[in-house]
Amino acid sequence: MSDTGGKGSGGPRENSGGDGRERGSAGHGVVAELEWASKSFGKVKAVSDLDFEMRAGEVVALLGPNGAGKTTTVRLLMGLIRPDAGSARLFGLDPGRIEARMRVGAMLQVSKVPETLRVREHIELFSSYYPHPLPMAEVIAAAGLGGLEGRLFGKLSGGQRQRVLFALALCGDPDLLFLDEPSAGLDVESRRSLWERIGARKRAGGTVLLTTHNLEEADFLADRIVLLDRGHVLAEGSPDQIKARVAGRTVRCRTSLGAAALERLPGTRAVRRDGELTELFAAEPERLVAALLAADPALSGLEVRGAGLEEAFLALTCGLAPDGAGVPAASDAATTTATTGNRKSTAKEAA
Amino acid sequence: MNTPATNASLSPGAVVAAPRRNLGRIYWLEAKAEALKAMRLPAFVLPLFVFPVMFYLLFGVAMRFDALGGVSAAEYMLATYGAFGVMNAALFGFGIGVAGERGQGWLLLKRATPMPPLALFAGKLAMSLLFSAAVIAVLFALGLGPGHVRAPAGTLAALAAVLAAGSLPFAAMGLAIGYWAGPNSAPVTCNLLSLPIAFASGLWIPYPMLPAFLRQVAHGLPAYHYAQLALGVIGAGNHEPAAWSVLYLGGFTAVMVLLARLGYLRDEGRTYG
Repeated sequence: MSDTGGKGSGGPRENSGGDGRERGSAGHGVVAELEWASKSFGKVKAVSDLDFEMRAGEVVALLGPNGAGKTTTVRLLMGLIRPDAGSARLFGLDPGRIEARMRVGAMLQVSKVPETLRVREHIELFSSYYPHPLPMAEVIAAAGLGGLEGRLFGKLSGGQRQRVLFALALCGDPDLLFLDEPSAGLDVESRRSLWERIGARKRAGGTVLLTTHNLEEADFLADRIVLLDRGHVLAEGSPDQIKARVAGRTVRCRTSLGAAALERLPGTRAVRRDGELTELFAAEPERLVAALLAADPALSGLEVRGAGLEEAFLALTCGLAPDGAGVPAASDAATTTATTGNRKSTAKEAA
Repeated sequence: MNTPATNASLSPGAVVAAPRRNLGRIYWLEAKAEALKAMRLPAFVLPLFVFPVMFYLLFGVAMRFDALGGVSAAEYMLATYGAFGVMNAALFGFGIGVAGERGQGWLLLKRATPMPPLALFAGKLAMSLLFSAAVIAVLFALGLGPGHVRAPAGTLAALAAVLAAGSLPFAAMGLAIGYWAGPNSAPVTCNLLSLPIAFASGLWIPYPMLPAFLRQVAHGLPAYHYAQLALGVIGAGNHEPAAWSVLYLGGFTAVMVLLARLGYLRDEGRTYG
C-alpha cells in the first residue's frame, strides 16, 4: 500500500543532516508519513509540500514557533483534517480509518476537559475504545496519577490535568503516540515530571511524535528534530546536528546602538532585544566583538556564549524570536548562510 | 511498565481488520459518562427541575384553574410542563454540552480516538432521556398526589412515552445550536430560543389563554406540535391531526440534524493550528 521503499529525496526540500538516516531504507517500518502534503486555511497556507516520515521506535519533535504548522502536521497525520494536496498515511492506511486510529493515542491541545468526571471514569471510557487497552493500574502508574483516581478532573492542578491527558493518550497502548504541545502552560516542575513519563515511554521502545516550541523539550526528548517554520521544513536532524548547523556564538551586551547599526556589524546573523539586553548571533564572534566595541565604547555587560539549540533555532528562523520580538537580520546573504538556502526574506511575523 | 516494544507488527501496508472490542460496553460507558457529567453540574440540574416543578405547583396545583380542554388544570399542565421539562433537558443538554466540548477541543480529541462517532450522540441522547424521565417522574408524582390527577394507568403511561419521545427533535435542535454557537454564547442562545418558543407554544400558559396573535404563531412552532401530541393522549388537545404534528416534528428533526452536520463540516474546514 505505501511505497516507502526508494522514495526520491530530491525535491524542493533539502534533506539536511540526513547522513545517518537514509530515507526509504529497509529495517524499521514507516509508521506515519506525509507525502508532499499541503493544507491551507482560507488564505493562510499552514503547511506546504511537507514530506515527512516516522519509523517505529523513533521519537521525533516538530519544533517551531506559533503558526509554523506543527499542529496542522499532526492533524494531517491523524486524519483529523485532509490535505489539499499530497497524502497522509498511518500504518500504511488512510489515517481516518478506525483501524489506524486504534493504533494511535493522542494528546491534543484541549483548553478544557469535562470537569465533573473522575480521573478513573475518564480513563475507563477512553480505554473502552481500544481493542487491547492497558490495565487501569498500569495507566495510572505510567501517568503518575496514583492516589488521584477518584478525583474530579476539575479539582486537579494544571500538571495533574496534563498527566490525565497523557494517560488518555496512553491507555489504548498505542503503537504511535502523538503529543501536541504536551507541556504548554506547565510550570518547570510539572514539565519535568511529564518529560519523565514521556521518557519512560521512549525507553520502553514507544514511537512518539511531539510538537513543541520549547527547544529544551525537543533536545531532551527527541532522537530527531524537524524544524518547521511557516509550513516548511527548515532543518532536520538529531539535536546535535541541528546545533552543528549553526557553528556560531551568542554575543550579549547592553548597548546604545540601534538595530540598524547592529545589523551592519560584520558577521551579525540575527539581532534580538530583550529589554535592556541585546543579543547578537554571529559565526565569528571575535570580529563582531571587535567591531562592537569600536562602535560603542560605552558598551557594558559583554558576554559570549556557545550557541545552544535556542540560538541555532533563532538563527535558522532569521532572528524570529519566539516571543515575536525578533529583529530581522542584516541581509539576505548573511541569513542564507545559516539556513537551507531557500528562504529569502527576513520577514518578521507577529506572534 | 508499558511494553509497547512487544507490539509485534508495525509493518505498513498490512490491511488490518478492526480488532474486536466490546461495542456495547463503549455505548454503555459513554452514556454513563454523559449522565454522571450532567448529574454533577448543579447549573444544569437545578433549573431543569426547579422551573417545571415550580410552575406546575403554582399554576397546575395551587391556583385551581377551571377545567382546560375538558380535563383538570393539573392534568392539562402535566402534559405541558412535562413537555417543557423534556424540551429543556434535551435542548440544554445537547446545546450547551456540544458547544462547550467542541469549542474547547474536547470533541476533536474524542474524534482522534477510535470511538464510534455514533456512541457520542447516543450517549448524550441517553443522558437527556434519563433527565427527561426524571422530570416526568417528579411531575407525575406531584400530579397524582397534590394535583389529584385521576387517569387510567395506560393513558398516563402513553403520556409519559410521548413526552419522552419529544427528546428527539429538541436534542437535534440542541445539536444544531451546539455546532453553530460558541461555548460562551450557547447558554444564551438556548435560553433566547427556548423561553419564547415554550411561551408561544402554550407550555407555560395554556394555549387557550394565549393572546390571539401568539396562538397564530404557535402553529409554526415545534414545541406546539409536541405539546399537542402530549395533550392529545389525555384528550385535551386542539384536535390538531396527530399525523401532521408527527410529520412536522420529523421534518424539524431532519432539518436540525442537517444544520448540525453543516456546522460540523464548517468546523472541520476551519480547524486551524
